[in-house]
Amino acid sequence: MKLKRAWLVIFTMLTLAVLAFGVADGSWMRHVPAKDHDRKNPYEGQADAVAAGRLVFEDHCSKCHGENAEGTKKRPSLRSARVQQEATEGDLHWLLVNGNMARGMPSWSKLGDPQIWQAIRYVKSLGQ
Amino acid sequence: MHRYSWFLLVAVAASACCCAQERPYFVTYSHEMEEPGNLEIEMYNAVGKPLAGNRFIGTTTEFEYGAKAWWTTEFYLDGQVTWHDSTIFTGYRWENRFRPLLREHRINPVIYVEFENTSADKSLREVVGHDGRPDFLDSNAEARADKERELELKLILGSNFRGWNLSENFIAEKNLKNEPWEFGYALAASRPLRLAASAHKCTFCPEKFQAGVEMYGGLGDWHSFGTRLTSHYLGPAINWTSPNGFTLSFSPQFGLNDYSIPCLYRFGIQYEIEQIVNRFRRGE
Repeated sequence: MKLKRAWLVIFTMLTLAVLAFGVADGSWMRHVPAKDHDRKNPYEGQADAVAAGRLVFEDHCSKCHGENAEGTKKRPSLRSARVQQEATEGDLHWLLVNGNMARGMPSWSKLGDPQIWQAIRYVKSLGQ
Repeated sequence: MHRYSWFLLVAVAASACCCAQERPYFVTYSHEMEEPGNLEIEMYNAVGKPLAGNRFIGTTTEFEYGAKAWWTTEFYLDGQVTWHDSTIFTGYRWENRFRPLLREHRINPVIYVEFENTSADKSLREVVGHDGRPDFLDSNAEARADKERELELKLILGSNFRGWNLSENFIAEKNLKNEPWEFGYALAASRPLRLAASAHKCTFCPEKFQAGVEMYGGLGDWHSFGTRLTSHYLGPAINWTSPNGFTLSFSPQFGLNDYSIPCLYRFGIQYEIEQIVNRFRRGE
């Protein structure tokens, strides 16, 4: 009886763990709160922000996402329709602040909001 | 073969230049983890002179690897030089940090677990229990006889808010011999001198500097908890990240009571190699 209960507890914990990591999978856009989704980039329309964002991208993002954001073997392209058309700049800001740690994307909150917004300006400029 | 390995490592380091955004802390941990796949090599030094003792330099070389976005593992090698005495290897440490909450919150906890095997250590990477000036007065030969095999646990709390980082560490350490738990704390705050990046490459732009303040000390042990008969330090800290990826850090720290070393000068150098395993796999 005790053995059965132990197995039940282990099974429940494993199921919860799988669910927890499943929720935190690549479908991150479903979890962005509405107020974050609607946020506007304070650097919108500033050409300097694209140039600055390119330097931030080169320093922190290019080794995983490729020098031209084309993606690498294990990390996604940032030129995809998902990033360029489906995701708002607010969505990308939320992703960069929170990361998608179960999938290997760290939080970049240490960069601070201005550099995050600048990097987003650069990434979005790739689709224009 | 040995010479070839060094050449390979230098070649990888040279080709993997990157600019880490490091906090200028020497003792306090922030909640920010190493990026997955990156290896950071760090060297930290503490120079001090206890009253009625010899001047020393405590050195730590660290190899910090981002195993996952939520898990960082780190291996340390410690040594020290004491004037009018000797230069010795003092031991090693292995630590792991885990981030249980996978999103950014107002306060972000990190669980830290470390095993250390040291003796005569003077790197002062933390202060716990009744650590203080008397520990630095024994000769190296005497101090080495006291082996410290310890388990150290930390609760790291960190917040990033409007460019500021605030970090608090609560430390519990247990010598695996029959000794009581010892406690300590570390607090720090820092901010880049400018938050936005420049639109052109530059060496001494304000955003390449981070400045802050750090305070840490002991909290006694299980039988005598408190801030008495232990040491406490406070000091400003600054670092600069060079365009080729090296980060240089400096902090003068001042003892806040008679039990502390009056003044410590800390300096460090860090270098991050991005995606090191993938580089070896690709043969870059």
